[in-house]
Amino acid sequence: MIWETIRLSLLSVRRNVLRSFLTLLGIVIGVAAVIAMLTIGSGTTEKVKADISKLGSNLLVVRSGRPAGPGGPGGLDQATRPLGSKELAALIAHLSGARAISPASQKQVRVIFGTESLTSGVTGTDSAYLYARDWKLVSGRPFSDSETRSGTGVCLIGETVRQQFFGAGDPEGEIIRVNRTSCKIIGLLEPKGYTGFGQDQDNVVLMPLAAYQRRIAGNRDIDSIYVAADDRTPTNELLPRVEDILRDTRRITPDREDDFSIRDMTQIADAMASATTTMTGMLGAVAGVSLLVGGIGIMNIMLVSVTERTREIGIRLAIGAHEKHILIQFLVEATVLSLLGGIVGILIGLALAGLASLTLAIPFAPSPAVILLAVGFSALIGMVFGFFPALRGARLDPIDALRHE
Amino acid sequence: MSGSVLISFDKVWKSYGQGEARIHALAGVDLAIRRGEFVAIMGPSGSGKSTAMNIIGCLDTPTAGTYRFMGVDAGRLDRNRRAMLRNLYVGFVFQGYNLLPRTTAVENVELPLIYRGVAARERHDLAMKALAEVGLVGREHHTPAELSGGQQQRVAVARAIVTRPTLLVADEPTGNLDTARTHEIMELLTRLNTGLGLTIAMVTHEADVAGYAERTIRFLDGHVAADTINLEMA
Ligand SMILES: Nc1ncnc2c1ncn2[C@@H]1O[C@H](COP(=O)(O)OP(=O)(O)O)[C@@H](O)[C@H]1O
Ligand SMILES: [Mg+2]
Repeated sequence: MIWETIRLSLLSVRRNVLRSFLTLLGIVIGVAAVIAMLTIGSGTTEKVKADISKLGSNLLVVRSGRPAGPGGPGGLDQATRPLGSKELAALIAHLSGARAISPASQKQVRVIFGTESLTSGVTGTDSAYLYARDWKLVSGRPFSDSETRSGTGVCLIGETVRQQFFGAGDPEGEIIRVNRTSCKIIGLLEPKGYTGFGQDQDNVVLMPLAAYQRRIAGNRDIDSIYVAADDRTPTNELLPRVEDILRDTRRITPDREDDFSIRDMTQIADAMASATTTMTGMLGAVAGVSLLVGGIGIMNIMLVSVTERTREIGIRLAIGAHEKHILIQFLVEATVLSLLGGIVGILIGLALAGLASLTLAIPFAPSPAVILLAVGFSALIGMVFGFFPALRGARLDPIDALRHE
Repeated sequence: MSGSVLISFDKVWKSYGQGEARIHALAGVDLAIRRGEFVAIMGPSGSGKSTAMNIIGCLDTPTAGTYRFMGVDAGRLDRNRRAMLRNLYVGFVFQGYNLLPRTTAVENVELPLIYRGVAARERHDLAMKALAEVGLVGREHHTPAELSGGQQQRVAVARAIVTRPTLLVADEPTGNLDTARTHEIMELLTRLNTGLGLTIAMVTHEADVAGYAERTIRFLDGHVAADTINLEMA
């Protein structure tokens, strides 16, 4: 009986291919939009999470200047005192729960090798930096402690720098010019690709902090201090300890606010992930509205179908169909119709998401749960919006229905 | 060949409209039809023939009076119970054939069996058999559009008898057919009446069609004006 009914409804869809297609357009577009958006959305979330974890997880970044917030943007404060070796030394001496503490000062600088040149992010730091940021070397070695202390002209380069100057060749031992100084390449960093903000993380040169300060920055300031938490210490516990030590070192009285900021990369990662989730949710709601429109389309076409087939309903009732048989017939038809639209919509949505993941370089992350939900939802729309027309058909008087032209 | 009473009208009224505009399609009809009878119903247009047939076939209920079908007070049954009675005991043939369009002959004939819950294989076999009985071998997979009027009416008869009903209700079954086709259908109905003992109630305007029946009931203004035994067969 039920298979018979499903077969019947597929037949009636086939008889009116164009009309069925037009009717289903609402459902198709709605489902396709939902699937595409949710799939692209979860791909984006994954990408953002991956990007942030590239920045370093469980990482605190200390900068001078008041934290961004109601007090104004950080770092633009006139009275900003830069960070220096005093703060670094205090953290190394007193902070517990840190896996690595490392200074970093940065600048975009012209780097030259032979006749080639490239503007790179040059960072002055120490050997703990690689450890703090979880960066690895493909070849060569990090700075030694004595190189860090004395500010020897050595450096580590990223993949983009290597490709620019040496192609596929081995850069180790070569001398490059960085601004007015030169340094010997002692290692190559593992490629990390672009961040979600379009920044090339491989266009970098690392050199000992002392060398950077003396030959590039011309001062003894430290732009930022990276503090990586160890496995047992959550960053939100580590953060107040860092704050205490720094306030102490910088002699900030309790009545005054911090003149430095501490950013928690874990929190930023979470915030960004939840921002994309919110956006996905909102887009999902928009798509939901188009599904509602699709449902009204189904209702409309089922009303037309019931009217067109009034005589058929009369015949069926005359030869012994019960109300429920007619009701089920049209409900199944609406559901099959709506499901067909849903399935087509899912395929189109996945295709769109696939295309988007190729062009936006985000992972293609279709969720079986979402697909199942879309199938269930489109079936539900058919049932809900098909119910009223089906009931109308089932309630027809057989004599009137038979007389209908 | 009359058996026990199958159908009885006891002062049956069927009225439409209210107040001044109220009209009585049936105005206190008394009649009885026994099992195995072949009854022709005649009368001018608007005299209440179709109304009576709809009540006989349990499609409709009287406004007043009692309609008994197989001893059951069918006029007071609800929609679904009457649907069950129709499905089990009544076959319908209409003037306009009333086949499902774009549906093959055998599928049309299977239809009442679907609502009986008969399995697909058995349904198909029974439908093929019924089509053979009405002389439509080789036309089973044609749609109504591919069949002549006479053939379509044969499909309708096959659909009516596939459930082996007790009663066949036929409202002007030959109204749309030419003379030759009319006599073919009437011979078919006569065969079903004598061969299977099927009770037939049939509306017709034509005397020679009525002549196939053994009894004629004449309606006039919602009353039974005459009820006669047909002495000679056409
Ligand atoms: N549903 C209805 N509403 C109002 N009047 C009706 C309805 N059905 C039948 N009638 C009226 O009842 C009378 C008998 O109709 P009917 O039984 O169809 O006559 P016929 O003998 O031609 O088959 C007619 O006057 C018709 O107009
Ligand atoms: Mg009539």
